[in-house]
Amino acid sequence: MDNSNIICRCEDITEDEIRQAIRENGFTTIDEVRKNIRAGMGMCQGRTCQALVRRILSEETGKKPEEILPPKNRQPSKPTEISVFLEEK
Amino acid sequence: MKYDVAIIGGGVIGSAIAYNLTKQGMKNIAVFEKSYIASGATGRCGGGIRQQWASPENCKLAIRSVKLFESLDDELDYKTEYYQGGYLLLAYGDDEMHQFDKNVKMQRNAGVPVRILNTSEIKSMYPFLNLDGVSCGAYCPTDGHANPMLVNQAYANAARRNGAKIHLFTEVKSIKRDGNRLISLKTSDGQEYETGCIINAAGGFSSEIAEMAGISVPTRSQRHEALITEPLEHFMDPLIISFHHHIYFRQTMHGSVLMGYGDANEPYSHNVESSIEFLKTMSRQITSLVPGMKKVKIVRQWAGSYNMTPDAQPIIGKMPELENYYQAIGFSGHGLMLAPAVAEIIADLVTNGKTDYDYSGLTIERFLSGKDFSTEKAVV
Repeated sequence: MDNSNIICRCEDITEDEIRQAIRENGFTTIDEVRKNIRAGMGMCQGRTCQALVRRILSEETGKKPEEILPPKNRQPSKPTEISVFLEEK
Repeated sequence: MKYDVAIIGGGVIGSAIAYNLTKQGMKNIAVFEKSYIASGATGRCGGGIRQQWASPENCKLAIRSVKLFESLDDELDYKTEYYQGGYLLLAYGDDEMHQFDKNVKMQRNAGVPVRILNTSEIKSMYPFLNLDGVSCGAYCPTDGHANPMLVNQAYANAARRNGAKIHLFTEVKSIKRDGNRLISLKTSDGQEYETGCIINAAGGFSSEIAEMAGISVPTRSQRHEALITEPLEHFMDPLIISFHHHIYFRQTMHGSVLMGYGDANEPYSHNVESSIEFLKTMSRQITSLVPGMKKVKIVRQWAGSYNMTPDAQPIIGKMPELENYYQAIGFSGHGLMLAPAVAEIIADLVTNGKTDYDYSGLTIERFLSGKDFSTEKAVV
């Protein structure tokens, strides 16, 4: 089956790449997928693809989507210029 | 259920030890990891791999590690983004320059290909740096960096392929001891495993695990924060450290710039939450050293634990009062870079009872004898 759909648009990660990484490494969490193959690690921080990655993980592991651990949300909530933090006192 | 070896901690240290034990022919071994691979300090670290240390023994350990890193991707059949872009340490003022001169002499004698760069050499190699106040640099081209998650996963996968069992999301809750022997451990899923020996590779929680074995080790955890920027065109090879600014930074293979700041006043705790104070301090320090960073966007910040010892050097080997307990703890922020060599030491000790490495300066004895010890100063 060819699943070359782009799941993570920021980092250009396809469905195939995600499924393969899950199978080869035994990943069960969104964090593992993020940190190892960068799906959800780009400029949008997974806003677009997190739900899709969760569904793929659910299909691959047989777990219900709600049983799949959410990733830790990291600040800043959107990419912010370093200069912004220089102005703050 | 009985394992010959139970390793506590699935970070890079525990995973590398598991791999090396299987490489030496052991099969019936297990790693107990309370979350997923690289979920703790390993996955939060800066990824630097250097050989510039303050003692000849540490230099030699690091040289061996680098040798192993150079062929690690082939050996483990995994791409770890290992890159020998060098390390540049910046000295400010005369005192630090003299210290660098002394260190570089010692390090060269130990076999590290490090050299002093004057400011005009630094300026031409790294034109993006603001060199106000810089007196010289120490540069070692064979230092470098790797992706910590991938190094850790590579070791874990290879250990698994060789027959090691890796229990993920399985926290060790207690250890049963009889006299000078450890008998078994109990885990969060209610299981009890008998074990031939236990290896403490618990990173930030090393002292809690030691306590379960009825011993006390002088390790304490300290938060260190880091951030990463949007990806930029490749502009820098080395990891750069300024002890003066308390910062390090490097460009990842992905293009992002990863940077961290070591706050000397950070209290000991298991806190790994991020702070706005860090963003402000880090922004101030990095733009003072690299003014061009002002317009670069920060994408993500995080924090992790340095497992500190009183002299900022790891504790490796056995405890005098226990027959079948080994530890590789207290790396004080340098576990990833030492993991390949340290894992060989522990695997040697477990399988042969001895090793060719000189790690005598890194055993627990230095803290037990009441002797003075010298602190590793090259820590950010």
